Amino acid sequence: MMFRVLAVLWLALCGSFVQALSLQEVLQANQAAVEKASRKTVDAVLSDLVTAAAPGTQTFIEKWADRDVWMRKEDKLFFFVETDDKKTYTLLDIETGAPISEAQKRDLKQLKPNSGVRSVLASYLVQFKLMDPEPRRRAQALQSIERDPDESHYAPLKASIEAEDYPALKERKERLVRLLAIRFEPDEATRIAAIESFRGNLSVEARAALNPIVETQTVFGVPENANIARILRYDQGDIDQTTALRLASAAGAIMPQPSLPERKAALEANIVDGVVGGVPLHQLDRQAARDAAYEALAKAGAVPDWQAAQSEQDALAEMEFAVVYTEPSAAVTEAAEATLASINQSVGLYQALDLGLDALSLASIFFLAAIGLAITFGVMGVINMAHGEFIMMGAYTGYVVQLFVPNYTASLLIALPLAFAVTFGAGVAMERLVIRWLYDRPLETLLATFGISIALQQIAKNIFGTQARPLTAPGWLDGAWVMNDIVSISYIRIAIFVLGVVFFCLLLFILKRTRLGLEVRAVTQNPRMASSMGINPDRINMLTFGIGSGIAGIAGVAIGLYAKVTSEMGSDYIVQSFMTVVVGGVGNIWGTLLGAGLIGSLQKGIEWLNPSNTLAAQTYMILFIILFIQFRPRGIIALKGRAAGD
Amino acid sequence: MSSSSFRPKYGGGELPAGQGGAAPPSSGDAKGGATPRQPFIARHPSVLIFLVMLAAFTLGVTVLSEAFGTAILSTSFIKTLGKTLCLCLIAIAMDLVWGYCGILSLGHFAFFGLGGYMIGMWLMYERTKDIVTNSLANAPLPPTPDEIRDAIGTQIFGVVGGAEIPIIWYFADSLVAQLALVVIVPGILALVFGWLAFRSRVTGVYLSILTQAMTLALSLYLFQNDSGLRGNNGLSGLQNIPGLTDVPQSIISMWFFWASALALAFGYLLAAFVTSGKFGSVIRGIRDDEARVRFLGYNVEAYKLVVFALTAIIAAIAGALYYPQAGIINPAEIAPIASIYLAVWVAIGGRGRIYGAVIGAAFVSLLSSWFTGGGAPNINLGFYVIQWTDWWLVLLGISFVLVTLLAPQGIGGLFDKLVRKS
Amino acid sequence: MSMLLEVSGVSVSFDGFKAINNLSFQIGKAELRAIIGPNGAGKTTFMDIITGKTRPDEGRVIYGDRSVSLLKMSESRIAQAGIGRKFQRPTVFEAQTVRENLSMALRNKRGPFDVLMYKRNAEGAARLEAIAEEIGLTDQLIRQAGELSHGQKQWLEIGMLLAQDPRLLLVDEPAAGMTPEEREHTTEILTNAAKTRAVVVVEHDMEFIRRLDCKVTVLHEGAVLAEGSLDHVTSNPEVIDVYLGR
Repeated sequence: MMFRVLAVLWLALCGSFVQALSLQEVLQANQAAVEKASRKTVDAVLSDLVTAAAPGTQTFIEKWADRDVWMRKEDKLFFFVETDDKKTYTLLDIETGAPISEAQKRDLKQLKPNSGVRSVLASYLVQFKLMDPEPRRRAQALQSIERDPDESHYAPLKASIEAEDYPALKERKERLVRLLAIRFEPDEATRIAAIESFRGNLSVEARAALNPIVETQTVFGVPENANIARILRYDQGDIDQTTALRLASAAGAIMPQPSLPERKAALEANIVDGVVGGVPLHQLDRQAARDAAYEALAKAGAVPDWQAAQSEQDALAEMEFAVVYTEPSAAVTEAAEATLASINQSVGLYQALDLGLDALSLASIFFLAAIGLAITFGVMGVINMAHGEFIMMGAYTGYVVQLFVPNYTASLLIALPLAFAVTFGAGVAMERLVIRWLYDRPLETLLATFGISIALQQIAKNIFGTQARPLTAPGWLDGAWVMNDIVSISYIRIAIFVLGVVFFCLLLFILKRTRLGLEVRAVTQNPRMASSMGINPDRINMLTFGIGSGIAGIAGVAIGLYAKVTSEMGSDYIVQSFMTVVVGGVGNIWGTLLGAGLIGSLQKGIEWLNPSNTLAAQTYMILFIILFIQFRPRGIIALKGRAAGD
Repeated sequence: MSSSSFRPKYGGGELPAGQGGAAPPSSGDAKGGATPRQPFIARHPSVLIFLVMLAAFTLGVTVLSEAFGTAILSTSFIKTLGKTLCLCLIAIAMDLVWGYCGILSLGHFAFFGLGGYMIGMWLMYERTKDIVTNSLANAPLPPTPDEIRDAIGTQIFGVVGGAEIPIIWYFADSLVAQLALVVIVPGILALVFGWLAFRSRVTGVYLSILTQAMTLALSLYLFQNDSGLRGNNGLSGLQNIPGLTDVPQSIISMWFFWASALALAFGYLLAAFVTSGKFGSVIRGIRDDEARVRFLGYNVEAYKLVVFALTAIIAAIAGALYYPQAGIINPAEIAPIASIYLAVWVAIGGRGRIYGAVIGAAFVSLLSSWFTGGGAPNINLGFYVIQWTDWWLVLLGISFVLVTLLAPQGIGGLFDKLVRKS
Repeated sequence: MSMLLEVSGVSVSFDGFKAINNLSFQIGKAELRAIIGPNGAGKTTFMDIITGKTRPDEGRVIYGDRSVSLLKMSESRIAQAGIGRKFQRPTVFEAQTVRENLSMALRNKRGPFDVLMYKRNAEGAARLEAIAEEIGLTDQLIRQAGELSHGQKQWLEIGMLLAQDPRLLLVDEPAAGMTPEEREHTTEILTNAAKTRAVVVVEHDMEFIRRLDCKVTVLHEGAVLAEGSLDHVTSNPEVIDVYLGR
């Protein structure tokens, strides 16, 4: 019947029917059926309405379904109404919405279609919307179906495909039909075909449609004629005792036993003159004594019978339980399971890719944070504990620039070089004032720079306060690059990755292709020899330290873009940076790259294994690094031979 | 050719001989073997001086305490002093491992914290047991052991959403066992970590970073709720001693003060004993030129391991005395920063001298509580008021840099100069 | 005469540079031997291999009566087995007294707990005095080693070597930076020591070697170029080529 109506509807929309009946006339022709609409009669009315295709039909059906249509008792005409005081109603024309006259409440009757009628009306509305001449409206209708699919949408949607002349919408409709077919298609073969068409599909909707099909519940015994997923035996350890007991006792297969708290309550209820079941109260601080008292009570019939736990076990041992699909058709569940398995496989694959991208972006952050440290450590053998605070200084520089330059793009362009300049200056100052006096005492450098670190951190706290400051990314860095429902990566992280690559190449170029790089390498390998060849190690040390610190400043801006800027942000990165340098090996950019890659992927990998617990991930990562040092004490890329000088 | 390999790791001759104080060098073999053996104390007068001063201090504090009746010093101040003594003890440990053996460990506060956790488990368990037993005494049925255990579990671990008592609390009802664990757990951790680190010849800043990583790993682990030690809530109520609920805190604080003083005295003696004589000579040799000591036939790794584990145990004992006075322990106490502060104290006090470590820890930690507690007057610059609660860390950081640069010998170095001049 | 140390077919390379190339070397139980060779000939690396600091890529190093291989032993075990080494630059513990330096080297049990519980005794003191006497530092025992003159430091280091009572002494440039009188004394100490044990001296100074009056091994590019008396090797044209650089 539905299809007959749809076919008419189709014709009506094509406009091959020209018969100028007004909406009110059509309604009056079916007056009784409209006034006392029932699920049986409403189709005929709608069919007539559609055939007439009078203007305002769609609005009328909407209002009808919403119980907004009223009938004037004297002439039985239909109107929409407006009211201010619920007594006097303004009647509106159902075609134009124009006010016609006023009426009293008692002269009117509200049409109250029952729920069956309303659902028929709703599905007609879907038809109207899906075939709306305006493609935008059709898209909206599709969207609302996608959001909240219902069985009533299925047939109209399917019927609307053929007439769809927009390829994009047609594709979308077809996909949606397949999705709905998974749940609502009565023909099994078609349904299975629809299910299988989603093999390897990554969309959330596909999984949402498939998952209900494979929903199961566990029941006692093995029911006949049921779609059974698998059979569980208690003695095989397939099912835990509590569940088994609950199911078996619900089915009446086993006498429910009083639980421990129940038995205790029973004992408490049966205290008579300091004695329970013949046992004095003071002896009841042992479970065995309590059990004996309860058994005595049970024998006397005062409390429900109770057998020791062992008998429950024995009874359960022989029992079978079944996991049953709620979906009755085995072929359908089988197809759904297979499709879900293939989906999960591709999901796993893409999750691995996503994890890889995550690891890569984490690695680039570690690389940016650590490379400055690696340079100073490699060239000067100096561990700069204040390196993290240079990162923080860079981030705060970015924040301060944004206070003065409201345009985020411009402020970022200013902040990057400015952060470099600020931290370069700070680094050079620190090298001149402190570090150069301590070159032969590396451990003391570590401590002195630590002193600087606590002072800088506290100064930042005093100036900027303890709450986090925002460093807002420009609009074009907002959002994420989305590959599909699983793989996506934010533009900021991509930008940081690019920044990491740029610095890697830049440093590689400086070290391998410039005079400065040559001198730096010379000082790294043999400072005394270098100075005797006319290289001024003082200048090299100062420059290296400045550059290392400057990169930390830039890393600070980058990190500040996606994390909050606080005075403690430096210490969040310092240990990871140390790890990166130590694991990678000192004095080599490639080493830092590998170290950052290893630590980044390790951290992500462990987080993936134990997603609920990032703290544990960090713990295990550090333990791994301690063990790693066992096998490569000098890092992945180690200086060899006597130059390493243990 | 090989000279670069044997550069002293430690700035050569800048460190003092450090004979457990200002005592004249006296290790090795007495001349001609004819000199009669003197008692240890007599050979090390500075140890005696220290012990006498410590005894006098303890006596003075006792007399001025609330427990004695004069109540010139408040109970909370006595606790602060008691805690300071514990910090002095761990500073001695740090001085042994860093000032004498050259291992800049940034992990000794982890051992300190572990010691605190071990004793804290007993304190918390037994006290909760008392509370639970009392509250269950009014129940209609006398409680079974299982019920008591469940109630304790709920009481202690409810805050981290658990009720089960973790397996690591197995010994928590035994004071003796937990006291043994105070020594055993940090000792074994130090042995395992030290064995791994020293075996692979990790030295210098690498080793420092590695110890820092160990500390970070431990504190992150303890921050987890399922660590079995109440996550970031830590253990609390440790100032209440089970079975001694009727004893006022003023008395208990005195007992802990005495115990801390005693532990410090023993720690000082032990450190003086270890650093004097041939063992001290060897570990100072390791500090200055590890490779040379190896070529003399000493197994450097074994020596480092012994010193590392011994100092870890001293640190743990200090922690076990500290936290009952502090009342609460949580993973933040173990954070790497604490161990770095420890190094700061020892450096400011003057490393390579045992009394230097004591001076540094006492001076800096008391000064720190004076400044951060609002005791220090603010300085009004007209345009800006320096509030020491905000600026103390800046002052500490800068003065630390200055001490490293200008007075690497720390306060102890100045002290030595004065003694030598007079 | 059975050999104390046999090095055979040893090679080691650093980053492709062959520091030692198929080197073989033997020394008897009580023998003084001088090793000479131009810079980079592999003299120090040779000592590094024997003392366990550097592991060779191939070859064997057999030591002692029971012919144990040194290649698997740690530096400290090798030292305990009786091989002592003096470094090119004097490396004494400058922050400690001469007595402490010598006492640390004295032949005793080396375990940490043995050392912790070590008690001074008359026998040890007597040996220490005797060594101090031999190296001429009796009056300096209570001084910090850092305060000694360069030559005295060299002697102290030799003294520490003797205190270990080793069976094989490896001495790297003992005479560097010494006055002629000091050299004489050093020669005396070394020849004296060689009466009861094997002594290998690496030296640049031909005059000093002539005074030692012993068998000489010439190293070049990591291998033995010539061996024999000093006159014999110095007349060898290959050796002359190497030294003069032609």
